[in-house]
Amino acid sequence: MLKTETYTLNMGPQHPSTHGVLQVVLELDGEQVVEAIPHMGYLHRGIEKLAESRTYVQFIPYTDRLDYVSSMGNNLGYCQTVEKLMGIEIPERAEYLRIIMVELNRIASHLIFMGSLAIDLGASTGMMFGFRDRERILDLFDMACGARMTYSYIRFGGVSADLPPEFIPALQCFLADFPAMLEENHGLLTGNEILYNRLKNNAIISGEKAMKFGLTGPSLRASGIDYDLRKVEPYGIYDRFDFSVPLGQTGDSWDRYLVRMEEMRQSASIIAQAVEQLPEGPVMAKVPKVLKPPVGDVYHSIENPRGELGYYIVSDGSPKPYRIHVRRPSFINLQALNETCQGLLIADVVAVLATLDSLMGEVDC
Amino acid sequence: MSNNNELLAEIQAQYSRETQIIGEDKQQFLLVEPEYLLKILGILKNYEAYQFDMLRNLTAVDYLEYMEMVYHLYSLPLRHSITIKARCAAENSQMPSVTSIWPSANFQEREVYDLLGITFTGHPDLRRILMPAEFTEHPLRKSFKAGAGQLPGGGGNHSC
Amino acid sequence: MQEVTGLYVIAEMLRDILGHYLPAQYVDISMSLINIGVIFGIISMTAVVLVYGERKVSAFMQSRSGPNRVGPYGLLQTIADMFKLMSKEDIMPAGADKWMWILAPMILFIPAAAAYAVFPFDNQAVFADLNIGIFYFIAVSSQAVLPFLMAGWASNNKYALIGGMRTVAQMLSYEVPMVLSILGVVMMVGSMRMSDIVAAQQNVWFIVLQPIAFVVYVITATAEINRAPFDLVEGESEIVAGPFTEYTGMRFALFFLAEYANLFAVSAIATTLFLGGWHGPWLPGWVWFFLKVAGMVFLFMWFRWTFPRLRIDQLMALGWKVLLPLALVNVVITGVGMYIYQLLS
Repeated sequence: MLKTETYTLNMGPQHPSTHGVLQVVLELDGEQVVEAIPHMGYLHRGIEKLAESRTYVQFIPYTDRLDYVSSMGNNLGYCQTVEKLMGIEIPERAEYLRIIMVELNRIASHLIFMGSLAIDLGASTGMMFGFRDRERILDLFDMACGARMTYSYIRFGGVSADLPPEFIPALQCFLADFPAMLEENHGLLTGNEILYNRLKNNAIISGEKAMKFGLTGPSLRASGIDYDLRKVEPYGIYDRFDFSVPLGQTGDSWDRYLVRMEEMRQSASIIAQAVEQLPEGPVMAKVPKVLKPPVGDVYHSIENPRGELGYYIVSDGSPKPYRIHVRRPSFINLQALNETCQGLLIADVVAVLATLDSLMGEVDC
Repeated sequence: MSNNNELLAEIQAQYSRETQIIGEDKQQFLLVEPEYLLKILGILKNYEAYQFDMLRNLTAVDYLEYMEMVYHLYSLPLRHSITIKARCAAENSQMPSVTSIWPSANFQEREVYDLLGITFTGHPDLRRILMPAEFTEHPLRKSFKAGAGQLPGGGGNHSC
Repeated sequence: MQEVTGLYVIAEMLRDILGHYLPAQYVDISMSLINIGVIFGIISMTAVVLVYGERKVSAFMQSRSGPNRVGPYGLLQTIADMFKLMSKEDIMPAGADKWMWILAPMILFIPAAAAYAVFPFDNQAVFADLNIGIFYFIAVSSQAVLPFLMAGWASNNKYALIGGMRTVAQMLSYEVPMVLSILGVVMMVGSMRMSDIVAAQQNVWFIVLQPIAFVVYVITATAEINRAPFDLVEGESEIVAGPFTEYTGMRFALFFLAEYANLFAVSAIATTLFLGGWHGPWLPGWVWFFLKVAGMVFLFMWFRWTFPRLRIDQLMALGWKVLLPLALVNVVITGVGMYIYQLLS
């Protein structure tokens, strides 16, 4: 009988596929994972602490830097929380613009998910396709607010500016092209036998386990649990749109992939409905110059592409928040990493990381 | 909201010794005595009428005189939510860990321990999660001064 | 003797010219030296061209432009890259096994270059037309396993070590079906001499007679040269760069060069064994040869830029459970087919 030993492999913080600066300490038996402990904090900027010395408005740009591929959602969550605390009503048109932007951002974010999953599995063309299609959305954002990544477009009481006249035609052109884009990506990736074999029945997270890990977002829905905040606690005007929430069957990596692919289609349908219903009018409510929310605390969460993004804000009545806590879905979703990876191979760890879709900007708040 | 307040009142009436309702009207929360926290939360998770099977959010706030834990719960089958609070001393803060009820509290309790310095008894793996392991301070405390607790050489490494 | 054309004529002319100035025994030696020079020229040229070609092909498949700044259409990009790599600092990891680490890239390059000796570029244009040509190629190219393992072991890096181990597992298990797929062709020709194999395809290419062997060969060849979807050795998203992780500058470039030399080599073998070598109408033989090789190279690049990577267990399962039985079945079918053919004729 040969004596065998496990060994430790430091995956990250500098590694091509830990999506930023995540460090995963792998305990390996040959190529098989015995334990995968995530270590985060390499991107910790102390945003929650910084918030305490900023005014409410000054904190909006910080939210852009949390989940930096879906900044619109971060803006929306924060602004809606403060609006809930202060009881601000926002104009109809602004509500619709918010929905359009957030859903566009969801598509952009899922395209990045698709691309990074593809490159993590060695299909670099999939990544290029994802980023190519996302470019169209970034151009739209650029048109609306002048920024491609860090928008700060959604503000207290509405949005920062009305749309330029060329936006809606460009958006409609994108929506017309989008099914073909999605079809091409499905053709390249979904129809690929190797990808199917890599992901199907791999890294299964059952519904029960998903609850245990505290998963939210598409990763939870892939396990068959119907928890989409847009449906269960409709914020903004989500109750006015007709869309379905795709659910997975087994909770394997393949389901996590398909659920996100289908969510893109649903988001496109929401945008199309919103564009159709888009009313005229102001995009900004009357909001005091210096924001002093009443004393109290409030928790509000929205469905971001990576899961439930929640803001817990404590106000002491001054222009600066007493405490802001951000419930970051990426951070909590990482809890699933260790148990899910056990017994899999190194190549699967990469696939699990990609399908959990954690983003370090958000993990290390 | 009114629905929520009714729920709060119902729970409070049932466990009047362990809990009390704080705040007014729109912002009502259930304040639980720390020693009964696990019992009440266990009941909230397991009883047919409540079924709070999801711990949405867990955090803490430093109110100088005391530390306040905040638990946001959600019930998937019954689709209702509730906010629970619990307070402990600002010095040598200790709280029972809720990981035995919701294992998903693991990282969030580690984060609270790391940033606010509340020790969770019964936590399976209570280590710093965002700050380096050698760091000595708890940055989200109001008493934290910028630059305090820093290691020679400006940071140091994660040793584990 | 067949009618001689193309490269062979050039070689004869050269031999004539040299014969005027040198005694007969030196002519052979100088001709060998010239041939070696030409082959090294071909290797370095193919590497330069293939790197550029790969970047353009991948750009074409990913709707990008690819290199387009250095020289016309970016043609000099690879040269610029070579200069960049040569001017880079040569870093050696602290705990490395010095000599093994230094030798690995060089040793890897030798089998890649040695394989070129038996390629029939044109009628009569083979540097060494061995009677065991294909056997020589297999023997020489199997040596590539060793330097990968050396690099992986000597780097004192766990990623490199995993990569090295993967190479051994992968190359050894794909060698077997590859040899068996080639066996079908050898059985039909009855010779392992490269020029005989090409001559036997005068009328019909072996891709028609041996389709299974061709498919098995292409798959195993992709695995042999560690290209996607079998690039587990490098697997940049899993094990960073495998055995190359710790190499910089020119040493890294040597690995790269060897990879493209190998790409050309397996394409040339596929051309020789299955696609009729230099045979083709109108154009000179060597043009046909290079055109067919280019076609094969494009096929390999197509694979690389379309497919995701396999997992190590799937790779092993494919090699041993699918390709090996398929290759064996092919050998049986070929044998039976040849027997029936002999009975009938």
